[in-house]
Amino acid sequence: MTDLWRLNAREISEKVRKREVSAVEVMRAHLSRIEKLEPRIDAFLHVNEHALSRARSIDSAVSRGSVDLPLAGVPAAIKDVLHVANMPTTCASKILRNYVPPFTATCVARLERAGAIILGKTNMDEFAMGSSTENSGYKPTRNPWSAAHVPGGSSGGSAAAVAAQMAPIALGTDTGGSIRQPAAFCGVVGIKPTYGRVSRYGLVAFASSLDQAGPFARTVQDAAVVLAAISGRDDHDATSVERRFPDAHAETDGDARGLRVGVPWEFLKRGVDAGVMTSFREALDQLQACGALLRDVSLPHLAHAVATYYIVATAEASSNLARYDGVRYGRRAEGATDLDQMYGETRDRGFGAEVKRRIILGTFVLSSGYYDAYYLRAQKVRALIRRDFEAAFESCDVIATPTTPSPAFKIGEKTDDPLKMYLEDVFTVPANLAGLPGLSIPCGLSAGLPVGLQLMSRWFDESMLLRAGHAFERLTEHHLRRPPL
Amino acid sequence: MRDWKAIRARYEPVIGLEVHAQLKTATKIFCACPNRFGDEPNTHVCPVCLGLPGSLPVLSRQAVSLAMRAALATHCTIQTTSIFARKNYFYPDLPKGYQISQYERPLATEGYVEIPANEGFRRIRVQRIHIEEDAGKLLHEGFAWSNDKSGIDFNRTGVPLIEIVTAPDIRTSEEAHEYLAALRATLVYAEVSDGNMEEGSLRCDANVSVRRSGEAALGTRTEIKNLNSIRNVARAIEHEISRQVALIESGGDVVQETRLWNADRGETVSMRSKEEAHDYRYFPEPDLPPLLVDPEWIESARRSLPELPSDRRRRFIEHYGIPAYDAGVLTLSREVADYFEEAARASGNPKAASNWVMTDVLRKLKEDTRPLSACPVSPGRLTEMICLIDDGVISGKIAKDVFEKMWSTGAPAGMIVECEELTQVTDASAIEAVIAEIVGAHADQVAVYRNGKKAALGWFVGQVMRKTQGKANPRLVNELLRKALDG
Ligand SMILES: [Zn+2]
Repeated sequence: MTDLWRLNAREISEKVRKREVSAVEVMRAHLSRIEKLEPRIDAFLHVNEHALSRARSIDSAVSRGSVDLPLAGVPAAIKDVLHVANMPTTCASKILRNYVPPFTATCVARLERAGAIILGKTNMDEFAMGSSTENSGYKPTRNPWSAAHVPGGSSGGSAAAVAAQMAPIALGTDTGGSIRQPAAFCGVVGIKPTYGRVSRYGLVAFASSLDQAGPFARTVQDAAVVLAAISGRDDHDATSVERRFPDAHAETDGDARGLRVGVPWEFLKRGVDAGVMTSFREALDQLQACGALLRDVSLPHLAHAVATYYIVATAEASSNLARYDGVRYGRRAEGATDLDQMYGETRDRGFGAEVKRRIILGTFVLSSGYYDAYYLRAQKVRALIRRDFEAAFESCDVIATPTTPSPAFKIGEKTDDPLKMYLEDVFTVPANLAGLPGLSIPCGLSAGLPVGLQLMSRWFDESMLLRAGHAFERLTEHHLRRPPL
Repeated sequence: MRDWKAIRARYEPVIGLEVHAQLKTATKIFCACPNRFGDEPNTHVCPVCLGLPGSLPVLSRQAVSLAMRAALATHCTIQTTSIFARKNYFYPDLPKGYQISQYERPLATEGYVEIPANEGFRRIRVQRIHIEEDAGKLLHEGFAWSNDKSGIDFNRTGVPLIEIVTAPDIRTSEEAHEYLAALRATLVYAEVSDGNMEEGSLRCDANVSVRRSGEAALGTRTEIKNLNSIRNVARAIEHEISRQVALIESGGDVVQETRLWNADRGETVSMRSKEEAHDYRYFPEPDLPPLLVDPEWIESARRSLPELPSDRRRRFIEHYGIPAYDAGVLTLSREVADYFEEAARASGNPKAASNWVMTDVLRKLKEDTRPLSACPVSPGRLTEMICLIDDGVISGKIAKDVFEKMWSTGAPAGMIVECEELTQVTDASAIEAVIAEIVGAHADQVAVYRNGKKAALGWFVGQVMRKTQGKANPRLVNELLRKALDG
């Protein structure tokens, strides 16, 4: 079997555990797929040279009777913002070139404990700041559906790797849409879990109160298995909580009958691409035809979500990125004659333009005299947005929007206009500000490019998302479409 | 000089102190590294306290418990919800580029520390106590590479600190000294901190301003840093008050700034002006949830508190009848107070115990620069000696020698008295024999005495004591001499 790369995670794990195929065969198939497609996609920053030997040890564990491995032998791509011990973590930034962390992120360690094998580290926007992966300090990643288009971002490498079948599953991180938006652009499933569901230990922080790691997969069920594996309280993260899934498979067994789907029509009036809107309406019709009940919901403060997000996220980022000062690790600018010069030149040369822009913005909004007008007010709006959702969920089980206002844009199209780029996040940032879980699932094509349907549910009610998402998959064949590679 | 004193007296200094105390926890505040001083650089470090990318802080409960003890010992109100905040600034000893501290919502507020003031006590209000992490230490000298670079020791990074901030209630450098001594004693008693200023486990910054006496408005203040001993705090404040008064008197204005104390030169020098002051861009720490303390936790912290110095001082005065000053000295350290109390109770003579501890034990310890824990004379041994005096076995004068011998040999008083035959001669016939001999040999002195110069009695006492090598009971000698001379 040479096309083992076509299998999804559940199939791989089942076959490996039944010893129908070996983890080594699966890994070889994916490594050669990467070798073949990587020159066109550029999804990876690092490929794990120990992947095969790890596959061998999974095979021997299985032969010794180890069956408690829901992801036995499943290759997984990891966004380069999550640590894997003894493998470089660069966050796609020059300032961390060759940085090797001494510990593994909790979510990655949990994935490995479930039997998954780390394929490598994927490309991203530098420090997860961006919506196109063009802000990588190393190279842009291309959308597997069209080499001229971006894969989205910031977890563009992970989304592209899963879409191009270089990996059945991947981990990304989502601060303002960085999992859901590239999932939509690449036509795969992506989940941003409830804030606190997945440990952030080993996730290099962009905006600590918004960051969450989550899965990419080609089916909702695969995403559910990954989410179950990585979830749960971690003693290394004081903001993590214990809300494990009892059984990942049971979570996805629902259908759409009686599902109350809220749609914030007011919020969708302007700026949505016609093709995207068509796919979105079709998706709603399909849900309704299978018994879902549509509701109009009001989320009045979402109008301020993007502004609020760019204050909170940049403020936290300006502080989180202060540690890259060239003193202890990473690249230090040579030739400085005093401390301030060393700091200045290290950071000037090490960070890309977008990162610098956000550090400056974040520093400004926290400055004495501006704090109340920006940061404090943003926190108040954030509380109001949260309250909007609380009220909306009184009358519905999930809230549906398009994941993005438009499908993937062209490489270079928005790089000169940061504001336009920021508006990419308009439908995804509310879930981060409120801490809610969100799912993006393929729901059609617009001009040959994938469109994503976003579903959000109550805090820690990922079960509802998975049930709804799985029901939608059973109704449609969008998730079976593959890019023309 | 007299003029200067008069001028100085027209001004009232207003002083507030900010004290940082390292907490005596087993581990650092946000990671499991040991909290230990004095080891090789960078031997107690991990991804968290090094601020490596992807690491997160997890709050130590023990640090909170100790901070609450400090808050209760200074009569503060503990806030059931307090919030950690990031204080942002760049410095090589600060690995994350921010210090995790508390800002708008500290752990505890509105307490006080008592200091002695004319026969009674005065309260210096504590405005707030908050928890924060310590920074590392720059190593500028003492290494092979010190000529062209500096090193950083991160062993101290993440050691838990509390910052205790007073209201501007202090009026003199002496009061500042008293406050620090009292606060230090309280923290040490409560086993919150070592209180060692030289090693940096207790650090102090002072805010100083002056105003003309009677004026209500505060003058412009300066902040003085780098005060590494209680004595230096007092010296620096004294110097700063004089500097500000002289400046105003010569028509100048005090500038709001941070000044550094230079102990060698005995003066403060400008470090940075208000314009150069950092904008720390405080904001709530998103990596740590709000710190919630429930009443049970506060109660268990309260139960773990020992009797505090101010309470103990009060009890010593009332219960043992010793002077306020003595009680103050004896309670400055818990060990000294324990020592005194054991000897006072066992001997049943608290005044003697107080005198011996104050004048002899503490003096000898200071001479030998030893801690009380290494004192060769235990409270039990001191008690034995006090009882020998009270029972008339040895005189107070001999006791001084006995104490010296106890100190140098560690032997009990009874054994020293026995071996060296220092027991007082209380046998009247033996003393009478000596007196008869002396009176017989010195008819001239007897005549002087009998001619009305009663002071000559002293001469005879001295002769008798010399003959008996100081062992004769002085009361008995006096009595028998009078009998013999008065005829
Ligand atoms: Zn540590």
